[in-house]
Amino acid sequence: MTDDEIKALVLRELGKIAPEVDADQIDPAIELREQIDLDSMDLLNLMIAIHQTTGVDIPEADYPQMAGLNGCVAYLRSRIKA
Amino acid sequence: MLCAGWWGTVAEFCMPALGADMEAGIILQWLVKPGDAVKRGDIIAVVDTEKATIEVEVFITGMIQSIVVPEGEKVPIGTVLALIRTEGEAVTPPPEVKPKPAVPPRAVAPAPAPPRPPAPPRIEKPPIPKPPPAAPPRLHVSPLAMRIALELGVDLSTVKGTGPDGAITKADVERAAKAAPAAPPTAPPPPAAPPVEAPKVAAPPRPAMTPEERQAAMRRAIAAAMARSKREIPHYYLGTDIEMSRAMAWLAAENLKRPVTERILYSVMLLKAVALAVHDVPEMNGFWAEGAFKPIEAVHVGVAISLRQGGLIAPAIHDIDKKRLDEIMVNLRDLVKRVRAGVLRSSEIADATITVTSLGEQGVENVFGIIYPPQVALVGFGKITERPWAADGMVGVKPVITASLSADHRASDGHRGGLFLAAINRLLQEPEKL
Repeated sequence: MTDDEIKALVLRELGKIAPEVDADQIDPAIELREQIDLDSMDLLNLMIAIHQTTGVDIPEADYPQMAGLNGCVAYLRSRIKA
Repeated sequence: MLCAGWWGTVAEFCMPALGADMEAGIILQWLVKPGDAVKRGDIIAVVDTEKATIEVEVFITGMIQSIVVPEGEKVPIGTVLALIRTEGEAVTPPPEVKPKPAVPPRAVAPAPAPPRPPAPPRIEKPPIPKPPPAAPPRLHVSPLAMRIALELGVDLSTVKGTGPDGAITKADVERAAKAAPAAPPTAPPPPAAPPVEAPKVAAPPRPAMTPEERQAAMRRAIAAAMARSKREIPHYYLGTDIEMSRAMAWLAAENLKRPVTERILYSVMLLKAVALAVHDVPEMNGFWAEGAFKPIEAVHVGVAISLRQGGLIAPAIHDIDKKRLDEIMVNLRDLVKRVRAGVLRSSEIADATITVTSLGEQGVENVFGIIYPPQVALVGFGKITERPWAADGMVGVKPVITASLSADHRASDGHRGGLFLAAINRLLQEPEKL
C-alpha cells in the first residue's frame, strides 16, 4: 500500500465514524482529536476499523503513535503486508 | 387515557411512555402483521419521538390479533396500538384488519374483544432474572410499571403485584388504573413536561422528521425535562477525587491480553462501580413519585451519550451490576452505535434508574449534572488527569478522576450521598473485583 492509499483508507473509516468531517480540512500533522470531536469510543472504533481492513494488530500502548494522520500512515506503512 | 392491558386473553399493546419528556409518538412502521406470533422482548413497531426513532418491544407472548393504529399516525402515550391474543388458545385466523383512521381515547369501554374461551391458563411473563427477594420494605416494581404508574397517577402502595415474587407489573398498574378511573391519585401526578410547540396530536401523518426538525424537537425535549428537573428537584451536589492508578494499570494489563475488537474502555469500569455502589446506598437508585422515593431493585444505568449533531440521550444499559465488564462493553458499543444512528429500543429509553455522565472526553475535570426525572441521582465523571497526589506522607503524580454526585435531597441526604461516592471510590481501588 502506498502512503496515499493508507491515508485514504484511514480517512474513509474516519468518515464512517464522523460523517461531518471534511477530509480536506484535516491537517495530517496535528492530532485528530484536536481537530475533530472524537471520544474514546470513536477512537476505539477507528482502531477496530483499521485493524479489520488492514489486518494490523494495534496494541493499546501504540494508540498515541496513531494520534494524527501522518502518525497513522507511518505506523501502518511498515506493518501492512503487501 | 387508560390502557387496559390484559383483557381476557387479549392484551392491548399501547404507545409506551419513552421518557419523561414524551407526550406522543408517531407510528413509523409495523414490523408485524395480524396473525404473526410474537414473544416477550420482540421488537414489533418503530415509533418516532422527539429524541429518536425507537424500536418498541412487546412485553407479552402471543399472536397479533389486529393493528389498531396505522402507520404514519401520531397518538398520545397510552393509546392502544394493537391487540395481541395470548398463547394457550385455539388460534383462529385473524379477522380482516381495517385499521381505524384514528383511535378515539377510550375510557373504560371494553376493547372489541374476540370470542373468549373460558379462562385459559394465564401466561405469566417468564421470570425476570433477579436476585432473591430483598428486605420487605423494598417495593417490587418493574421500572416500566413505575413509569406507567407515574403517567397514570396510580398509587403503587395500593396495587397488588402478580408478577414474580409479587412484583408489580405494568399490567397490574394498568388494572389498578382501570379499576379506579375516577379516583384522583393520592398526589397530583408529576406535571407532564410543559407542552412543547411541536405539532400536536392531530398532526397529519408524515414520515420521520428531517434532521433539522429532529434537532429542534430534541432541544425542546431536553429543555422541558431539564426545566422540570430544576423546578421540582432540590439538588445537592458532592464531589470527590479518585486515584485511578490501580484501575488504569489493571485495565492496561487486561487490554494487553485482548484483541483490539475486545478491548474495554475505562468508562465501563466507572459504570460498573456506580452500579455496585448502589447496593451499598440504594437511595440513589429508583424514582421519586407521588411524594415518596420508590427504590428499584434492578440497576439500569442510563448512559449520557452526546450526538454528533448536538443534543444527547441517556439510554439505559440493563442490570449492569450483574454483568461482567466485557458484557457491559459490548452493550455500550452497541448502544453508542445505535444512538448515533438514531435508533433505540423502548426499554432502553424508559428504564434507566440512575444516570452516569462522563464529560472527561471534552477535557473538563468537574461535572455538576442535572438529574433526569423521575430518577433521583446522577453521577458525573470528568477527565482523568495526572495530578499531584499525597498518600502515606509522600507526594506523587497519579492519574486522578473527579467523581460528582447530583442527588435529590427529597430522596436522600448528603451523608448517604457521601457514602455512595466513597463506595464508588472503594470499588475502583479493587478493579479486579469489578
